[in-house]
Amino acid sequence: MTNSLIELQSVSRSYHGVAALEGLTFRVEPGEFVAVVGPSGCGKTTLLNLLSGCDIPTSGRIERRGSVRMVYQHDGLFPWLTAGQNIDLALRKLVSAQDRKSQRQALLNLIGLEGFADHYPHQLSGGMRQRVELARALAGETDLLLMDEPFSALDYLTRLRMRDELARLLHERPRTVVLVTHDIEEAAQLADRVIVMSGRPGRIICEHSLSLARPRELTDPEVTHAVQTILSELGLGMQRSENDRTDEETK
Amino acid sequence: MPGCGFARQQEKAIEPESNTAADHALVPGSISVKRQGFSLASVLAPVGVATGVLAAWYVLSHFHVFPESAFPTPGQVVEGFLEKCRHGEIVDDVIASLYRVVFGFVLAVTLGIPLGLWMGTRPKIRMALLPAVNFFRSLSPLAWIPFAIMWLGIGDRPSIFLIFMTAFFPIVLSTCAAVAQIPNVYFRVARDFDFGGVELLLHVTLPAIMPQVITSLRVTAGLSWVVVVAAEMIAGRDGLGFLIWDARNLLRPDLVVVGMVIIGCIGVVLDRLISQLTRIPSIRWGYDK
Repeated sequence: MTNSLIELQSVSRSYHGVAALEGLTFRVEPGEFVAVVGPSGCGKTTLLNLLSGCDIPTSGRIERRGSVRMVYQHDGLFPWLTAGQNIDLALRKLVSAQDRKSQRQALLNLIGLEGFADHYPHQLSGGMRQRVELARALAGETDLLLMDEPFSALDYLTRLRMRDELARLLHERPRTVVLVTHDIEEAAQLADRVIVMSGRPGRIICEHSLSLARPRELTDPEVTHAVQTILSELGLGMQRSENDRTDEETK
Repeated sequence: MPGCGFARQQEKAIEPESNTAADHALVPGSISVKRQGFSLASVLAPVGVATGVLAAWYVLSHFHVFPESAFPTPGQVVEGFLEKCRHGEIVDDVIASLYRVVFGFVLAVTLGIPLGLWMGTRPKIRMALLPAVNFFRSLSPLAWIPFAIMWLGIGDRPSIFLIFMTAFFPIVLSTCAAVAQIPNVYFRVARDFDFGGVELLLHVTLPAIMPQVITSLRVTAGLSWVVVVAAEMIAGRDGLGFLIWDARNLLRPDLVVVGMVIIGCIGVVLDRLISQLTRIPSIRWGYDK
């Protein structure tokens, strides 16, 4: 009935009787950037496994359309291949070698690593590796990108820079994204919609939509406000009045 | 550069995960693989040790600490070496031993790595075969000498068999263990890019275990070189092991030492050769962490 890329209907997943996720219902529309935040142990990894099709729910229904590609926390690049060869993995369905070469070059230009095609991952910094990983994920035609805390292994400043980079890349090559993260700032700065999860078993506490156009500044009022609201939802921020909340929250 | 690999590992371990400031500033070519240059000490120290050993040997033989008939002087050994060289048979012995080790070792590698891969990727196969492999691995290959001779006689074949028995089981085990240690993320990435079957094996599993496999090849090649000497002493009519055994029967301790020196030198060269594999760019990553 819809053209959502992903649709979850009261999805639960438990392991040996212990619930990891409980009653998740949400949709991801084409072109949307959805972030999922929550405390550790809220079943983020389980959720990604379900979304990528690596795992099936104990109960409920998941519908998925189109091709999915995953961006991993770190070390998702094959260390025995150069940056260029790693990007080529995503282009191997292209028949013409000429096409592959030009696309690979375009992607390396896009991430600003033109001269690094022949460098191995271990010769690159963490930020550079993650940029190659993004380029590889954006290569070819993919409908949905799943990101598993893609910047969590980086230091704070590199992480800030990588957020801008990701926003820029998505501006150049729009994709539908589901970003799973524990970094609330990251979620609020990047996503159109932030899904806040509770601790184990993971349930959806609430959803926030951000209307401000991407890319955004970390200091944009809407972003900082969303951060504040999400923190208080998770019981971490300063308690604010009920009135205040219903005013500014869009469900 | 002896010991260089270890030093580099330690260096790397204390480096921070990533370098932020340099992240964008880096230009191609500014990344260089760290290398320990040839310092004077790295040359002088080993030479000093060698000189010390030679001096101690000279002193021990000069003052007849051991009976003269059982403790050759350095001079006698040099003379023995020249004598062997004149006859040319020493080259034949070296070739005979190397041939056996290379033959047996290559056989063990070509059968051991596939079996290790098979065991590593199939839990049921692993469950069935692992105890047996562990059993034979724990068994000294020298215990096979009686059967090696009974089944294969004297000459190349028993030695090749013993080398195979030396190298095969450790290679199987380390390949199998390396497969089990491959981070799951590589297989998930491979799945995302539609790798499967033989392609997965050749393009993901095999390259992922290469660093560990090469380490194991270094160890087992060294073991094989040790075992060939013992094998030839008993089941050979030529080769370096036989040279030593023959010299002992002829009461020529100087020639025993000649054999020992040649064996040691070739062992070091073999190890250096195999360790060159770790410099291959698509394998280096496993040692730079």
